[in-house]
Amino acid sequence: MQVQSMHFKARSGQKLADQRLQANLKKLSSKWVAGRASAIAELDDFESTRDDAVQRRERALANLDVWLERFEQEATRRGTVVLWAETPAEASKLVVAIAKRHQVRKVTKSKSMVSEEMALNRALEAAGIEPVETDLGEYILQINNNEPPSHIVAPVLHKDKDEVSDLFAKVHQKPRLTEVNQMTREAREVLRPHFLGSDMGVSGGNFVIAETGSVALFTNEGNEGMCTIVPRVHVAVTGIEKVLPTLEDLAMIARLLPRSATGQSISNYFSILTGTRSAGELDGPEHHYVILVDGGRSGLLGGDFEAMLRCIRCGACMNHCPVYQKVGGHAYGWVYPGPMGSVLTPAYVGIEKTLDLPQAATLCGECHVVCPMKIPLPDLLRKLRERQFERGLRPLGERLGLAAWGFLARRPSLYRISTLAASRLLRWFAGTKAHLRHVPGAGAWTQHRDFAAPSGKPFSAQWAQRQSSKTRP
Amino acid sequence: MMRPEIAFATVRLLEDAGCQVEVPVGQTCCGQPGFNAGDQTVARDLALQWLQTFEQFDYVVAPSGSCAGMIRKHYPDLFRHDPDLKIRIQRLSERTWELSSFLVEVCGMQKPPGRFQGLITYHDSCSGLRELGVQAQPRQLLRSMPGLELKEMNDPRACCGFGGSFAVKYGAISASIADEKIAQIQQTAASCVVMGDLGCMLHLEGRLRRCGDQQTRVMHLAEVLAGETQVHAGSVTPSKEES
Repeated sequence: MQVQSMHFKARSGQKLADQRLQANLKKLSSKWVAGRASAIAELDDFESTRDDAVQRRERALANLDVWLERFEQEATRRGTVVLWAETPAEASKLVVAIAKRHQVRKVTKSKSMVSEEMALNRALEAAGIEPVETDLGEYILQINNNEPPSHIVAPVLHKDKDEVSDLFAKVHQKPRLTEVNQMTREAREVLRPHFLGSDMGVSGGNFVIAETGSVALFTNEGNEGMCTIVPRVHVAVTGIEKVLPTLEDLAMIARLLPRSATGQSISNYFSILTGTRSAGELDGPEHHYVILVDGGRSGLLGGDFEAMLRCIRCGACMNHCPVYQKVGGHAYGWVYPGPMGSVLTPAYVGIEKTLDLPQAATLCGECHVVCPMKIPLPDLLRKLRERQFERGLRPLGERLGLAAWGFLARRPSLYRISTLAASRLLRWFAGTKAHLRHVPGAGAWTQHRDFAAPSGKPFSAQWAQRQSSKTRP
Repeated sequence: MMRPEIAFATVRLLEDAGCQVEVPVGQTCCGQPGFNAGDQTVARDLALQWLQTFEQFDYVVAPSGSCAGMIRKHYPDLFRHDPDLKIRIQRLSERTWELSSFLVEVCGMQKPPGRFQGLITYHDSCSGLRELGVQAQPRQLLRSMPGLELKEMNDPRACCGFGGSFAVKYGAISASIADEKIAQIQQTAASCVVMGDLGCMLHLEGRLRRCGDQQTRVMHLAEVLAGETQVHAGSVTPSKEES
């Protein structure tokens, strides 16, 4: 997927002005935030579950190579072919090559964010293979000119029912429906022949399990099984960081993932897919592939951003982010939006292409509070700001302003005098008014809000007066 | 600088709690603006300046969750490569408090000295709340004041959209987040919104006025607790850092 993160500011302005989007984004706070809160409350040991899960993820990452090799051995033993891709583009090539080897004409897809990194649909189309998205949200996006997802769990969160009604009527060439049940039924009717005529299914992988060589998937619509079990060939694509040593690790993390993501105690469907169809088995693919994608992940190991590899893609950070709640996912300009995206995007595609992302955060800390993996997202965003600063990537005005402030703050007497002068100037400028609508040089502030005039001489000056009058005889 | 009454109210509260208050002349800024902008050098310099200025005191108290949070949560990490300094910084940062938690947890204040009549709502500022766990303390103090009625807004924990330089770099988003908060404040019908951080105050008050709300007062917790609300420039009262 092309990186558009440099347009964050312009895009966020459009998103703020889009009343319909603003109404749709409200669903986040009403539905997802409240949903998570009540699902968490069901667990009387949420905090200890979280601590335990973090330790399990850390254990996996501490010896990532070992667990990945173990996974490869166990999966291979069960008939799975494990392939490695250094870049998302390489992973796409591998999928296309597999499709060609098995004479595949049509690929049905279950939702996968890694396949978005890979821009897989475009690669398949270019090779003359038809990709069909079967997750309802992803399907809606695909028939809307391959629109990108705006949320990692709910890809079509930015659209309301009416927009989908119009789209279905136009694309399906059928009478416009308004009931969600009817619309879903219509989508199923369109998708069914695709499922039955599909030669190959592609899915993501929430986790891969080292001890059994399995792929674990959490989904809600039932389309996943139609993609992974029905076709002759199943290809799972996932990041190398998604390995868990044991099924017990998976069970522990399963207590947190759906709760943090959608507020469900468990997702509607939960699959553990192991190997190919054995003799005597009634279902399962004849050919099973797992493609493990690096795509910048190994670069985070052992560095300041390693904690980010714990991420289980629940989306809680974006659901709770005051900025995401206002601008939605498209403003962020790549696959992963919100706080986790603002850390991952610079790490995966380059810090200089994503200058806004680490800055466009209030550092309120709520993402850290809700993250089931306790990833210190505000600290990581701040570290990215440090990198930008060290590399001189901030605008000149900002650097000069910061330098001037630093110069004064390091010199207490000068700082006091400047404060006194600024206060006097502002009071003179305000006259009798308590609030200023314009302040010279502070346009970025007063464009959106008034500036309160100082209510008197600075405290430091008043305090000094008081002290000296006390000591005077 | 903007509202000296807040510092005087802070001194009054601390003196009422039996503290001897000093305001060292050498203090400037905790360095958070530089720290959040990615300039570790200036943050470390200011942390050292702070250490020299305040090391002699028993406690350091700030009427700001974000300054106290910077010191307690982030200062020690700035010196992770210098064990000696880190220990000194750590010792002092452990003695550094946000005002309301100092009054309740260290001084054991039961009843603040001020008086207040009317309905208020309280906004939890992010740094105080999430870095220092300041949530129950201000409410306990407010509720102990006869005549003061506290009505909670729908989500007092939600960010107001200030975020330091975020407020000017992404002003439109910042204002739009503030509008959500303002709607919640107005829903409570409180005549006054109270909080413990100066950045949130400047931002929310500015946005309220810009949106035409001239009525809703924006007050610092210290002003309410010390009952200094009618006091204006020139009159005498109290401070911010202390012993």
